[in-house]
Amino acid sequence: MSNKGTSVRGAGFARKRAALTAGLSITALLLTGCVQSQREENTGTEGEAAVDSTFVFAASADPKSLDPAFASDGESFRVSRQIFEGLVGVKEGTPDPEPLLAESWETAEDGLSTTFKLKEGVKFHDGTDFNADAVCFNFDRWYNWTGLQQAPTVSTYYNDLFHGFADKPENAVYESCEANGDNEVTVNLARPFAGFVPSLSLPAFSMQSPTALEQYKADEIGGSAESPKQSEYATGHPVGTGPFKFDSWDVGQQVELSIFEDYWGEKGQITNTIFRIIDDPQARRQALEAGTIDGYDLVAPADIQSLKDAGYNVVARDPFTILYLGFNHKVEQLANPKVREAIAYAIDKQALVDQTLPEGTKVATQFIPDVVDGYSEDVETYDFDPEKAKELLAEAGYPDGFEIQFNYPTNVSRPYMPTPEQVFTNLQAQLADVGITVTPAPAAWSPDYLDQVQGTEDHGLHLLGWTGDYNDTDNFVGVFFGQEKPEFGFNNPELFAALSEARGMSDRDEQTKAYEEINKQISEFIPAIPLAHPAPSLAFNERVTSYPASPVNDEVFNNIELSK
Amino acid sequence: MLRVIGKRIALLIPTLFGLSVLLFLWVRSLPGGPATALLGEKATPEAIARVNELYGFDRPLLVQYFTYMGKLLRGDFGVSINTGRPVLEEFATRFPATVELTIVALIFAIGVGVPLGYAAARHYGRFVDHSSVVLSLIGITVPVFFLAFILKYLFAIQWSILPPDGRQNPRIDATHFTDFYVLDGILTGEWDAAWDAVLHLILPGLALGTIPLAIIVRITRASVLEVQNADYVRTARAKGLMERTIRGSFILRNAMLPVVTTIGLQLGLLISGAVLTETVFAFNGIGRFLRDAIFGLDYPVLQGFIIFIAILYALINLIVDLSYSVIDPRVRVQ
Repeated sequence: MSNKGTSVRGAGFARKRAALTAGLSITALLLTGCVQSQREENTGTEGEAAVDSTFVFAASADPKSLDPAFASDGESFRVSRQIFEGLVGVKEGTPDPEPLLAESWETAEDGLSTTFKLKEGVKFHDGTDFNADAVCFNFDRWYNWTGLQQAPTVSTYYNDLFHGFADKPENAVYESCEANGDNEVTVNLARPFAGFVPSLSLPAFSMQSPTALEQYKADEIGGSAESPKQSEYATGHPVGTGPFKFDSWDVGQQVELSIFEDYWGEKGQITNTIFRIIDDPQARRQALEAGTIDGYDLVAPADIQSLKDAGYNVVARDPFTILYLGFNHKVEQLANPKVREAIAYAIDKQALVDQTLPEGTKVATQFIPDVVDGYSEDVETYDFDPEKAKELLAEAGYPDGFEIQFNYPTNVSRPYMPTPEQVFTNLQAQLADVGITVTPAPAAWSPDYLDQVQGTEDHGLHLLGWTGDYNDTDNFVGVFFGQEKPEFGFNNPELFAALSEARGMSDRDEQTKAYEEINKQISEFIPAIPLAHPAPSLAFNERVTSYPASPVNDEVFNNIELSK
Repeated sequence: MLRVIGKRIALLIPTLFGLSVLLFLWVRSLPGGPATALLGEKATPEAIARVNELYGFDRPLLVQYFTYMGKLLRGDFGVSINTGRPVLEEFATRFPATVELTIVALIFAIGVGVPLGYAAARHYGRFVDHSSVVLSLIGITVPVFFLAFILKYLFAIQWSILPPDGRQNPRIDATHFTDFYVLDGILTGEWDAAWDAVLHLILPGLALGTIPLAIIVRITRASVLEVQNADYVRTARAKGLMERTIRGSFILRNAMLPVVTTIGLQLGLLISGAVLTETVFAFNGIGRFLRDAIFGLDYPVLQGFIIFIAILYALINLIVDLSYSVIDPRVRVQ
């Protein structure tokens, strides 16, 4: 035993340490009240009503990129909309385009060139003038991307809508941009694109400061193809003309913005905007209840009533979504049009909406919401009629029904499908009533479910949907039924051709008529069943008296009204 | 001692090499591909094919492995598929958060666990002993996330005495340069910010520390019970040594060896516990980041993370081994 010398000291130290720890914990518990009181201190400097001018909104994830041209996710766009503005904006509360940085525009009869008159006296956050040269700089930047910058994961929206780049101009929609003086600009297209002006309302086509884009090397996105890396600009120096300018981004924690003092428009009550990143939906609700955030998006349907009862402001967006029951036409039964019709009659959409979807949800008769061009009142609606469904099944050769796989995602909440498990259970019961037995095939959303449903033939019935990006019919039906896809597995050249033709039409009225016709054709062919247009909801602290909810998420925080 | 450390580190190299091969194969054999995770619902088959080509997922495994290892040896852990930022940078910003959380959890687990276990053994068969046994049983059986939910619901939502999420109140304007928020606050003299960061650590720290606490109580109790009945303790008593000396230098010191081993092992477990705790408390550490990487099939992050954890484990083990010789000189590190 050689430890005598140090042992007493050791024991004494252990005791002291224990006492110290205990003391610290007690002090900590006693003083915890402090944290709550700090929140209200940060009040606005503008004389008028004394409101806390810091607005904290919970985001479900970090933005992928602060350069909206290289982003395609909702959280990036939510931040972008505060910092940037496009030539074209969105009319409040609708998905329709309206002037923003362009005061007006005129499209030539052939649809190939559009001249924009620009707002005067607008400045970017770094002091650069917004003018015709800046507009052309942005258009030319997109068109001249090469290599990695052209990857669909990197420049998703430019790829989707403008197709080709300068090095391969065969498919390109864009051709050139001319500045006619300081405040007028003409954009020339290589082919007609009726959705051109509305598409410019997407944050991806926001105007960015040419000075900052160059200074912070916005186009340098990583050294090699295997590791695309965001540019210096996209991680810390975004510069637009919007009401808020970028302050800081503490990755995984929060993004901070502050008011741009030289903003050309109304500045509103909020001087600081913080996007706090909370990825767990339940944690977002609890953060609202605990008062650490002022609001969050995509409230779970089950929480809506209880939040309202507790005094929170719940705001429903006008639905700009579609939830559908998909068919895999490679499955024998589903290839039979009579079976598809029978299933259409077997589903009680109203009951499904009432039981599983949030307030404000509308029953769907077609694959586009009613505010989108081409919505038609004359489509076949297949009103709930189980008897007729059974008759049709018998005619199709299945008098006793049949068994079929039903794929649905689990543990996921999408704006168009907040609770897939409930929707599945409800439909399962409805189908059972007419003799169709489904085998449940649940899978995790990503990558399993999407991969299985969109990439393989291994699925039967399935649930999926969509949220529109801007007011464009092709952005709904064209995406679903524009070409042969493993998701649906049918080849209907007539429909594919009609959609492709409609997309290219330069005359809006003619295009609208074409889409009405297409919608009728789809309702007769029944490639899938449109179920509902679910309304996503946001929840706010009671101090938020007005929030400009937009069907296409185009919400700029200078329009928020606060009461305290 | 230095030679011992050198030898242990040298041994780490083949271990890590073997691990990297296994890891690489395991990650590539996960179901589904990362392309859909990246592209989402809007992906066309052509886009998926293009992404696979772009990231090299379509190349032979061997080629992918050597490319990966080549970069790794140069300290390049790649770029996260989910966030588009370098994996090392992502670790570096989040690791301090998890370290802070782990320290709080350990202080709680050791600070409460050792005295409680010791008291239980000393008052063997009495109330303190029984309640410590029951408490540690509860601590071990209650799942971390459940406990986290309960703590958060009661202290943050119901009674509003502690913050429910994050590392810092968003409305506090704090300067961060080391990413250890408490330390940052102290170094810059922003006491509000430091205190706020401490408050944010309490609930997740308690949740994370509970299982180690329960285990430490049990091990300490068992170990002290064994030592206090040992022959040399009886001899010491017979010789008339002061009870205080016996308890301090004989019992506690000798009983600590298994406890230190346990604490070392718990450190590793704390990281996996952090995945759940950090998720519940929206706490921005590597635990939450790892969870995102798993769901998003973020290969570079998963690979980098596991190698990183392996190195960490090896280092912790080394420290534990070295501390044996400090506690008990009879144990020689070889």
